[in-house]
Amino acid sequence: MADVVARDLRVPARSGQLTLHKFARRKSTIAFLMALPLITIVLCLVVYPAFYSIHLATLNKSMQRFVGFGNFEFLFRRNTFWMVVEQSLLFAITAVIFKAVVGFIVAHFVHNLPAQGQRKWRGMLLIPWVIPPAMSTLAWLWLFDPSYSAFNWVFAHLGMPQLAWLGNPYWARFCVILVNVWVGSPFFMIMYLAALKSVPEQLHEAAAIDGANWLQKIWYINLPMMRNIIQITALFSLIVTFANFDIVKILTNGGPVDQTHVFATWAFTLAIQGNDIPLGASVSLFMAPILAVAAFFILRNVRRRGNEA
Amino acid sequence: MTTATAEATAGQAGRARSGSISRGRRRALFWSYFFLILFVIFFLTPPVYMFITSLKSSAEISAATNPWWVYHPTLSNYIDLLTQNQFLIFFRNSAIVSVCVVSITMVVSIFAAFALARMRFWGSATLATGVFLTYLIPESLLFIPLFKTFAYIHDKTGIELINHWWVLIVLYPTLTVPFATWLMIGYFSSIPKELDEAALIDGAGYMQMLTRIFIPVAIPGIIAAMIFTFTVSWANFLYPLAFTTSADQLVLPVGIVTTLIRGDVYAWGQIMTGALLGAAPPLIIYAFLMDYYISGLTAGATKG
Repeated sequence: MADVVARDLRVPARSGQLTLHKFARRKSTIAFLMALPLITIVLCLVVYPAFYSIHLATLNKSMQRFVGFGNFEFLFRRNTFWMVVEQSLLFAITAVIFKAVVGFIVAHFVHNLPAQGQRKWRGMLLIPWVIPPAMSTLAWLWLFDPSYSAFNWVFAHLGMPQLAWLGNPYWARFCVILVNVWVGSPFFMIMYLAALKSVPEQLHEAAAIDGANWLQKIWYINLPMMRNIIQITALFSLIVTFANFDIVKILTNGGPVDQTHVFATWAFTLAIQGNDIPLGASVSLFMAPILAVAAFFILRNVRRRGNEA
Repeated sequence: MTTATAEATAGQAGRARSGSISRGRRRALFWSYFFLILFVIFFLTPPVYMFITSLKSSAEISAATNPWWVYHPTLSNYIDLLTQNQFLIFFRNSAIVSVCVVSITMVVSIFAAFALARMRFWGSATLATGVFLTYLIPESLLFIPLFKTFAYIHDKTGIELINHWWVLIVLYPTLTVPFATWLMIGYFSSIPKELDEAALIDGAGYMQMLTRIFIPVAIPGIIAAMIFTFTVSWANFLYPLAFTTSADQLVLPVGIVTTLIRGDVYAWGQIMTGALLGAAPPLIIYAFLMDYYISGLTAGATKG
């Protein structure tokens, strides 16, 4: 290998046409072999199952007969399905908006601090993102416990009414979103903090001389400068939140009366617990369009960012 | 003359303004600390409450006392869990799976990223985009077809893949490999081209170039990718929940949720202790390698 390269570099360009070709071919073969394990994993464990689920969605429950769009027609007639669509959209969109807002605000506060103190605060604020979500959701489940809720204890001492956190459909929806915001906003905070660091200080000084207040500085300087990061982060989070499983599964398991099911948890209930794999596959396929749209915009933004750099 | 007065007034105005800026700055600092403390309380309440509960006996948990305070701290929950064979099996399964997945992922992704970042071949640009796209496909879309495929493999060859903890070593790379490769492509592309040209002139082969130049230079990126791979494989919940059921085949997160919650009986002291112990390895790694963690986070625009 090593001497091939060396020889190729030594030959003059004019007569080396053929050996250079050979060299290029060898280089690309090696590169292909190096990437082969990755290609195998992606094809066997991601691309193949993704297409296989489309095939599965067209079979009947015992998976012996082709039913075409039968599963989808069945889903469209079911009330639960439309509830899941509604709840998934509500859950993902609300959670992402709140995560972005909380992350943006916290990032500004941290950025305001003297530089030497920032590391400590950042370290504390990122902890929710480091704990495995399944584990931290258990802590939330315990905080929301119907008879021993620690929040209700505080509320009782403040003279506020007791809440059935996870028993009431509206509060259950609120709780699921709250936990998601809690888990996800530190990530936004870190991304926005990094983006804030790249906003040149001169712009703020110039704005201060022109008499801009803090809100104008944020609106006219920080927001436009951070636009790309804000978009990429929000789209990423939209994909992950839309496909969320852990939090809903542990916190409410879809209840009360299927009011908090999202696509992932409902598909799990149908396919693994209900043993109807084709129906579960059809449900999970409904995630695909929104994921494709988000992926398209992320790719566009990442490319644009690459060109800027 | 006019310029002199202009300068003088500007100077005065500047001084007056800078005074008000520093006063405004102090006020901004005060409110920043004030709100940050509120946010830290919000962010740290669940883990702190986990810790408080883990120190309580079940009698104290069910007593109607202040839930935010421990009156009779006890380590009995920790002792109970750590002497329980079952819990140690969960821990062992999680540890083996995570270590194997980290090793496989790093080997696969370092080679692939090197090939994609530096050695162009037919379709390499498309493949790089494809890696990025596969990293956006969530596990909740893949677990049903994978489950069915594994059942099919069992029917055809007799190899039972479902309900074995080691099958997770096959499954987790679907989540970790695309991400780690994407992260490593970014790190490798930032290495100056002059370095590999110099290596080529000195007669180094591609393997030498990778092991002598790229890996040493990209160590921070490799550490960041390893931390993420570890965190993802330690924390995953959906795959083990769908693919393993027997108590001795579970990994930590699923084991805690399914074995400590029996019907409507919640052993909250033990659950919180288990959750805290389950959260400990990622937290300890984070405490020591926070800067790598954050650099990986912002470099890869990770899931979250």
